[in-house]
Amino acid sequence: MSDSNPLFASRTFRALHEVGMVVLLLAGVVVVWEAAVYVFKPAPLILPSPSGIWDEFLLAPAYFLRMSLFTLYTTLAGFVLAVVLGLGLAVGIVHSKFMERTVYTLLVALNSVPKVALAPLFVIWMGTGIEPKIAIALMLALFSVVIDAVLGLRSVDPDMVNLARASRASSFDILRKIRFPNALPSVFAGLKVAISFALVGAIVGEFVAGSEGLGFAILTAQGQFDTPRVFVCLILLGLLGTALFYVVEALERLLLPWHVSQRVPGGPGH
Amino acid sequence: MNVHTASMTGTAMAYVSISGVRKTYGSPRGPVAALEGIDLQVREGEFVSILGPSGCGKSTLLKCIAGLEPTTAGQIVIDGRPLKGPPHDMGMVFQRDVLLDWRTILDNVLITAEFIGRKGPEVRARASALLARFGLGGFEDRHPWELSGGMRQRAAICRALLCDPKLLLMDEPFGALDAMTRDDLNLELARIWQDTRKTVVFITHGISEAVFLSDRVVMMDRNPGRIVEIIDIDLPRPRHLALRETPEFGRYVAHIRHLFASLGILKDDDPETGSGDHS
Ligand SMILES: Nc1ncnc2c1ncn2[C@@H]1O[C@H](COP(=O)(O)OP(=O)(O)O)[C@@H](O)[C@H]1O
Ligand SMILES: [Mg+2]
Repeated sequence: MSDSNPLFASRTFRALHEVGMVVLLLAGVVVVWEAAVYVFKPAPLILPSPSGIWDEFLLAPAYFLRMSLFTLYTTLAGFVLAVVLGLGLAVGIVHSKFMERTVYTLLVALNSVPKVALAPLFVIWMGTGIEPKIAIALMLALFSVVIDAVLGLRSVDPDMVNLARASRASSFDILRKIRFPNALPSVFAGLKVAISFALVGAIVGEFVAGSEGLGFAILTAQGQFDTPRVFVCLILLGLLGTALFYVVEALERLLLPWHVSQRVPGGPGH
Repeated sequence: MNVHTASMTGTAMAYVSISGVRKTYGSPRGPVAALEGIDLQVREGEFVSILGPSGCGKSTLLKCIAGLEPTTAGQIVIDGRPLKGPPHDMGMVFQRDVLLDWRTILDNVLITAEFIGRKGPEVRARASALLARFGLGGFEDRHPWELSGGMRQRAAICRALLCDPKLLLMDEPFGALDAMTRDDLNLELARIWQDTRKTVVFITHGISEAVFLSDRVVMMDRNPGRIVEIIDIDLPRPRHLALRETPEFGRYVAHIRHLFASLGILKDDDPETGSGDHS
């Protein structure tokens, strides 16, 4: 117990160290970029300087915030729906040969179709509001959720299930207490991919038809040849994507403190 | 070869009664005869080991007794009731401890009670007492990955014993442990059996382990999986490790080794095991 503190400290130190390296790298890129623009003076239409991009952001921070929040909302809605639907489907697929042959096979087959191409169809069906955008985000995120959840649910040690059955456990208990927790590491691997896909889906939805969101903002800025504004949107999009990924990862750390990848090397137990 | 020695007595008192059991698995290369013509009676409170080369159907037989695998033919009766699915009052231990990484040791032990809807302070107290008895008193709140292999298997035994089953089924529970831990757990199991007199069916491929623990040893051969001999182990109880150095113990071990050598399962050129003429 007494050695858990320095270990925690060393882990925090390592995390900070990593973040520090990334910040340093980004700062380097910004400096080189700024210097290059200062020296070569490209037209702002081609490549604005970082300070120019920052000025652009300061012109209308409320606008950019509103656009980001809309995209965030669409992404999260699509993601959450994909998780709920995906986990439900995965449980069904693992428990029913019929669903495996139909739903799973269909899903795998459809995955090789570029799903983005279906986006205009969603607009025709659902109009130009937020619904088709959420639907596209859902569709793009769903596959990763299902595939990794099915993988996780299946990869249980058969003797673990035998033990539960020998103790006369119900199949619901086996799912709840063994299969599902056992699948969580794999599920989270899928969720980390899915959250990025949900963001892609939201942007595609806004590209196709929209009046709000970062995708829409990029498209209008492009129409006005306002390159600095495009860059502001892209940077916000990058920040949004990174933040979402780390939220899922933090959630994983919170929910799976027992998983191998979370254990401190040379860990507790000494 | 089918010498069943005079240990088939007490059929009336049999806790586990297996008659004419056959088990055939379907496989891409055709049916596999995992078990053929299995007859075995296990009396209440008896410790029976099943010994045999890998692939002879030991695990299959245990799963059939546990109601986890349906038999192809024959009948299994447990405590007077024909088997339909896993029976009440049964605990199981496997070679892999299959502890759940996301639960503490105490919660791992408690899971067998949870499955049958038993909760509350008495069950927890019993789990704690079991863990303490198996030397895991200070480890209730640890997670499985923090424990050694021997400690984990002890926890798995506690889990099997939690609901005080009458029948304990163990499939090579110490097969993955080092020799010293194994001796240790053999002693502990012998002691637990001495105190509780559970009916135990214990699978192993360790001859000395089987002789040390058992009232009877069932020897099996493969293709198809079948019983070739059953011997009584008339050694005094309670048993201590020193028993293994006695000539009586040695005679049982030698007898079993000879049998497996004559079946061509143990191939060794030591003339003392009598298999030198078997090449
Ligand atoms: N689920 C299964 N499907 C097909 N064949 C199996 C299955 N389980 C076991 N077998 C076969 O049955 C035979 C006995 O296996 P098993 O009971 O595991 O033997 P043991 O435990 O003595 O090593 C082996 O030939 C094995 O390949
Ligand atoms: Mg086996």
